[in-house]
Amino acid sequence: MSRIEQNMSVTGEAAATLNTGQKLASFLGMSGLIILCLAAFNLNFPNKVLWLSIALGSIIAGICWFAQATYSGRPAGIKNDGVWFKSMTSRGYLAYLTGLGLTGFYILLYFYPEYLGLRAQGDNVGLIALFDPLSYLLSGNPASQWFVYGTLYTIAILAFGVKFLWKYRHNRYEKLRTYSVMFFQLAFAFLIPEFMSRLNDDGMNLPYYDLKNIWPLNYYNFEQYRIDGFLSSGDIGLALLIFGVVSIFVITPILTYKYGKRWYCSWVCGCGGLAETAGDPYRQLSDKSLFAWKVERWVVHSVLVFVVLMTTAVVYSYLGYDSSKYWLTRDVFLIGVGVFLSLLFAAIWYFKRQELQKDARYGAIGYLVIILGLIAFHYFSGQNLFLFNAENLRQAYGFLIGSIFSGVIGTGFYPIFGNRVWCRFGCPMAAILGMQQRLFSKFRITTNGGQCISCGNCSTYCEMGIDVRAYAQKGENIVRSSCVGCGICSAVCPRGVLKLENGSTNNRITTENGVVGENVDLLDLLKQKSL
Amino acid sequence: MEHIVIIGNGIAGITAARHIRKASDCRITVISGESDYFFSRTALMYVYMGHMKWDHLKPYEDWFWEKNRIELINAWVDHIDFKNKELGFSSRETLRYDKLILATGSLPNRFGWPGEDLDGVQGMVTKQDLEKLEERTSGIHHAVVIGGGLIGVELAEMLHTRKIPVTLLVRENGFWSSVLPPQDAKMISEHILAHGIDLRHETELEEVLGDEQGRVRAIRTTSGEEIPCEFVGLCAGVRPNIKFLESLDIETHKGILVNEFLETSVPDVYAIGDCAQQKKAIGLRKPVEAVWYTGRIMGETVAQTVTGTRTSYQPGNWFNSAKFFDIEYQTYGWVFNKPGLNEQHFHWQHESGEKAITIAFDTETGKFKGINTFGIRMRQKVFDRWLNEEKTITHVLSNLKAANFDPEFYERHEAEIFKYFTKNLQNT
Repeated sequence: MSRIEQNMSVTGEAAATLNTGQKLASFLGMSGLIILCLAAFNLNFPNKVLWLSIALGSIIAGICWFAQATYSGRPAGIKNDGVWFKSMTSRGYLAYLTGLGLTGFYILLYFYPEYLGLRAQGDNVGLIALFDPLSYLLSGNPASQWFVYGTLYTIAILAFGVKFLWKYRHNRYEKLRTYSVMFFQLAFAFLIPEFMSRLNDDGMNLPYYDLKNIWPLNYYNFEQYRIDGFLSSGDIGLALLIFGVVSIFVITPILTYKYGKRWYCSWVCGCGGLAETAGDPYRQLSDKSLFAWKVERWVVHSVLVFVVLMTTAVVYSYLGYDSSKYWLTRDVFLIGVGVFLSLLFAAIWYFKRQELQKDARYGAIGYLVIILGLIAFHYFSGQNLFLFNAENLRQAYGFLIGSIFSGVIGTGFYPIFGNRVWCRFGCPMAAILGMQQRLFSKFRITTNGGQCISCGNCSTYCEMGIDVRAYAQKGENIVRSSCVGCGICSAVCPRGVLKLENGSTNNRITTENGVVGENVDLLDLLKQKSL
Repeated sequence: MEHIVIIGNGIAGITAARHIRKASDCRITVISGESDYFFSRTALMYVYMGHMKWDHLKPYEDWFWEKNRIELINAWVDHIDFKNKELGFSSRETLRYDKLILATGSLPNRFGWPGEDLDGVQGMVTKQDLEKLEERTSGIHHAVVIGGGLIGVELAEMLHTRKIPVTLLVRENGFWSSVLPPQDAKMISEHILAHGIDLRHETELEEVLGDEQGRVRAIRTTSGEEIPCEFVGLCAGVRPNIKFLESLDIETHKGILVNEFLETSVPDVYAIGDCAQQKKAIGLRKPVEAVWYTGRIMGETVAQTVTGTRTSYQPGNWFNSAKFFDIEYQTYGWVFNKPGLNEQHFHWQHESGEKAITIAFDTETGKFKGINTFGIRMRQKVFDRWLNEEKTITHVLSNLKAANFDPEFYERHEAEIFKYFTKNLQNT
């Protein structure tokens, strides 16, 4: 084994080398990045409009040119030649360097924005100031570190989106999905919130709101400053607040029932959008072991419990004991949360208990008991709700999950752990959608009888670390809560085995068919005998 | 406790082991000299191309075997004492068995070409072949692949991804013409040529020429042309790997002869997968089938038999699939390279030259006999039902939508195909 691996990396030069176009394109893109770095080191550019345009223009042009040099002139089809020979995509030197750079950027962004030029008093300087012209153009306000981040994030999705479109130009599912994430990022995450803040001049007080960013991914959506902002902004504010609640309790369940969680995770979501475009070259790095799957289940659902507790505590903390402040009172809210979670649990237990694994049952019971116990404890002892001060819970969540997990690890480590670490292990929204997808949805990946040859392309290129082959080679449908429906398993399959489908919920979950020659007698026999 | 020993850890042997474990508590040992763990042979090409690493080829994690009490031995068996039920290893050790399953697979065909043993001449079947290929193609300037079949085109694609110019010699006047009807073969030939492969039709190998060190320096074709190259891939089919049974008292022909229960001429000895040869052919299938899924079905079947439920091997309707560079191919039912008696072929090809279907049907009754589909994925379950229910070609073409298995939003061609059919065939 080691002999093959070593030889592979030594002699794989042909596929790993860059052509002239790729080299020039890299140079152009890098020079744009260098301008941004110089700005971060406080080099004061005389003409900000010009230099910002040059910097962002060269980054966009560099990425698109790289894509052109990589894929045009080659026949359409799967483009994975040499993926495991290239330093960048096989955890080589370049991958670690890139990971380090990204991680460093996230640490500056979240914890030391002053190094990017943020100033508490007076005008911002450095990198942030460089973005002022664009920010004034859109919202009429000076740029913040979040505006810089949002701009670069959007550029990454758009430019690498172009690259992805080129790479998968033979596949209409991939193309439509990518147009969709590019649109939602540009319009919903970037432009609309900037334009919305212009409304605030007219006595409105709308918080920054990316409409497609749904609680609990948007864990801060129901914090007091935002609720107050919504409520003080007239009908538009109220409508936005109602949309925020409806999107999680009505829109999300309906769409997930019909299409699976992919409608969100790989068609709409910004985190998913970045993972599918800029993160696409790293999808093969996800861990496919059974152990990783176990860790994933416990970690992602624990984050979900954490965000439910945190949000409940935060909302509770600013509600009043009577309805003078908000129509919702503390007791109604808290009891409501308890009743809702109990009903949800009871419904799952009643309808779907037989589909839950042992550890899922233990986990569900354990977490429900803990939440209800904490609420009861609060009533009996008068202690802080959930033992900790709501503000501390909020800060802890924001730091651990919002910054470290989703940003520093989730994106900074793309080149090391793969592009969906956050979506798989950390995102509470993915946990909710996943539960729905697994238990109440029409979506599944269908396998095509006995055509599977167990080659493993599907598993290798599954960014969520699902061992797709394990199902395909047994002729089983793939119904997994983590599947984001990116469709790459189906695309890379050389034998036409996998198809993403929305269909009847009957027989959605199949078990091993045994004999694949559609031999009816033997099939029955195996069913009787199967373990 | 009964001891079942399986020689060969390919898809047939490993499937047998897994299903024996499902049905029984007996001791199971799987022997292979090729690799420590089961891997997907069909995916060897992807390691060379850099799509996957060796570990990705293993469908089961390494702890799987111990957990399911399947003992693995990495060794070569070179002798079997059927009378005393004992295996002899090349290391001189021995192992007793109660039941023996032979699943030793295939080897590349060699036809006694002069120079075929030179350094740099090889097939592409085993893990060792991959390792050799890796060594011998490093830094070379030209390669020649012999044989217009599935492995031939795969090897050509592999070398092509390493930017090694490839000449592919094909005996017939179209790619895989011994299997594909002429229009299908022509389309694939054109596709291969479009990828920059130097595909030579109606060209056969005469001799491999070596240098003083015994390394390949060129080949000569039957028409006398010399093509300089440092590597020659032999991909002119495979044959059962049964040489080690030559002097033993077990019936063999091309492969190990088995009855419908996969039993050999020796009691308690079974043969499955590529190395087995059916005494009586099943339907139109060949007696020896080196196909992934038949190996799997034989493994499942023999597992029933050795654990007490004697079960006959029934592979069902013929189907298969492959990929030629960027064109996926699937087939359901029988489409031969030439229409048989009272049989006709309906062929439709998309203007892109990358999608096509060919349907074989009965001229008199219109009965649907089989389909080749290129660039359009089809659902096996639906075609299996249509074959069993003996539907007509008109039924198939007017319901083709139900069989489509392409990803969502793909361009659909059913209407166009049906129109083409009614215009060109139905009136004749």
